[in-house]
Amino acid sequence: MLEIKNLFASAGDRQILKDLSLTVPTGEVHAIMGPNGAGKSTLSYILAGRDGYEVTGGEVLLDGEDILSLAPEDRAAKGMFLGFQYPVEIPGVPTTTFLRMALNAVRKARGERELDAIEFLRLLKTKTKLLGVTEDMLKRALNVGFSGGEKKRNEVLQMAILEPRLAVLDETDSGLDIDALRIVAEGCNALRSPERSMLIITHYQRLLNYIVPDRIHVLAQGAIQRSGGKELALELEEKGYAEFGGEAA
Amino acid sequence: MTTQDELLGQLVDEKYKYGFVTDIESEAAPKGMNEDIIRFISAKKEEPSWLLEWRLSAYRAWTQMHEPRWSKLDYPAIDYQDAHYYSAPKATEKLKSLDEVDPELLETYKKLGIPIREQELLAGVEPTVAVDAVFDSVSVATTFKKKLAEVGVIFCPISEAVREHPELVRKYLGSVVPVTDNFYATLNSAAFTDGSFVYIPKGVRCPMELSTYFRINAANTGQFERTLIIADAGSYVSYLEGCTAPKRDENQLHAAVVELVALDDAEIKYSTVQNWYPGDENGKGGIYNFVTKRGACRGRNSKISWTQVETGSAITWKYPSCILQGDNSVGEFYSVAIANNYQQADTGTKMIHIGRNTKSRIVSKGISAGHGQNTYRGLVRVLPRAEGARNYTQCDSLLIGSSCGAHTVPYIESRNPGATIEHEASTAKISDDQLFYCRQRGIPQEEAVSLIVNGFCREVMQQLPMEFAVEAQKLIGISLEGSVG
Repeated sequence: MLEIKNLFASAGDRQILKDLSLTVPTGEVHAIMGPNGAGKSTLSYILAGRDGYEVTGGEVLLDGEDILSLAPEDRAAKGMFLGFQYPVEIPGVPTTTFLRMALNAVRKARGERELDAIEFLRLLKTKTKLLGVTEDMLKRALNVGFSGGEKKRNEVLQMAILEPRLAVLDETDSGLDIDALRIVAEGCNALRSPERSMLIITHYQRLLNYIVPDRIHVLAQGAIQRSGGKELALELEEKGYAEFGGEAA
Repeated sequence: MTTQDELLGQLVDEKYKYGFVTDIESEAAPKGMNEDIIRFISAKKEEPSWLLEWRLSAYRAWTQMHEPRWSKLDYPAIDYQDAHYYSAPKATEKLKSLDEVDPELLETYKKLGIPIREQELLAGVEPTVAVDAVFDSVSVATTFKKKLAEVGVIFCPISEAVREHPELVRKYLGSVVPVTDNFYATLNSAAFTDGSFVYIPKGVRCPMELSTYFRINAANTGQFERTLIIADAGSYVSYLEGCTAPKRDENQLHAAVVELVALDDAEIKYSTVQNWYPGDENGKGGIYNFVTKRGACRGRNSKISWTQVETGSAITWKYPSCILQGDNSVGEFYSVAIANNYQQADTGTKMIHIGRNTKSRIVSKGISAGHGQNTYRGLVRVLPRAEGARNYTQCDSLLIGSSCGAHTVPYIESRNPGATIEHEASTAKISDDQLFYCRQRGIPQEEAVSLIVNGFCREVMQQLPMEFAVEAQKLIGISLEGSVG
């Protein structure tokens, strides 16, 4: 379960989050929608612990534990996963190597046994089927020369392997054509679980046709302005974000 | 009035004089370099007169030479008369157990995954527990020697080769790196005390990497090593020198010479992992490493491939080169050089195309961190007769932090209009985005740096013999610890 309580945060002189509160119970999928510049990506970075932001007030609890003082890798070990809007390229590091290293780092931090190469490949095989991730993709350097769709599938694959308690997906739909979007969404849906909270950040309603959320929240001007059921997305699609002080969707 | 100290000093001096002039059994020569010292070294090694003359001619030339100052290296003047050129190999007191070894050193051994017994050998622990290990290494070495002897491969200390195979040594020693080649090589020619000799007979593929055996002996490598490897027609050998384990040495100055000769259709693969003490994080101490390495592809279709992973030393001055004399011969240079803290590396290669259709390939990966300065310096020279010569050079630099430097100095000289020469260069920084991405996936910062740097070096690391590649990868991570954040 993710609980954000009265969160204030700034980057440099700019106050970005102003008294933001939000709860995503375990087993639920919530979506955050909002105009550009509302602080959506900032929220995801703050949850994951990226440098460059200062939290000036409030708490973020993951399964009841305050994670704000933890390093990004320690948050990952607690089960925090961020699907990036722009996945990063790491030349010379095969995707498989990266995946195994990440899983074993997390397992090690949790005091679990690390997987050897054979065990890991077996696991990887079961996870790749659904996502249409090819062996060729796994051999290539991480995200280097990947198409937009391949990059996002790779993000979902990492989520499938790391099996997080909380998955935050930042604009996972950006840069995807309709077929790629469907594959990515199916991958996410397969990872819906009573053991997991998901927070989907998106500008458009489109993705929510495929991943139907339990709740939708509107983030604008640094705080949640309104919350509602899945029908809220359609309303936003129609009216835009104007009433929340943002530009039209 | 004479104080006790002065008396003691005189006594010590006298002892040295005594030992030096009349007693060949003495284990050390006094400081400094002169003809007497060379005679002393040569006598200790029971060398034939031709070799003594060879050393003396080097020494006489050396006195007329000047230290090269064209590199981008900044270090205080070296007093060559203040160094020992011959001393007993193991004067240090043996430790009782690993408990007495510097914990920092042990931590590094652990990270490298070096077995306990080998750790003891490296750290110089009294072999009470390690008797087996020593025994093992001797017996392993013997087994290796037997196996090599069966196919006629000669692999022995160079001083032994001088006695047992004088015709080969005399024919090839100094034939690739001439006595007067450069200041450091000439000093080495005068003063070398140790090193290896390898001869692979015609048509023989050396049945093992000459690395494993060498590694067992690596704890005793000297200050002025001299290595000579000859691959006769149609033969193949893979040789690995060095050690991933950090080594501390009282001798600050190191000047090795390595000569390789490949005859018709022969191939030599020479890999180095060098981790000499780089000095502390403030740039105090550390080894000065001035190395001359050169291979001659004398025969048709011969090939020489250099791979180096340079993580140690305060100063690195090193340009493993290939003289591509035989038609269709191939030269390769794969390099990873790390300069962290106040380390400085000026390293690269020379590819001299003489024969027709000669090919060379250069892949250099320089990593600079802290206040480190890393320079790639490379020469590609194509002579008029080298019809159809080809070179490909790729030269990449990676910067970590904002106080370090990367420099690329390529020299290209083509005197054959038909030659094809390609040069690609890039400079990149480890980005915050990359680090954050890795950490978000649970990979701690230092491991993330190591992962990214190893990715950057992958092309070179793949050239290393398998069993060493894994250790070298870990070594790269260790060398860059503390470089970020």
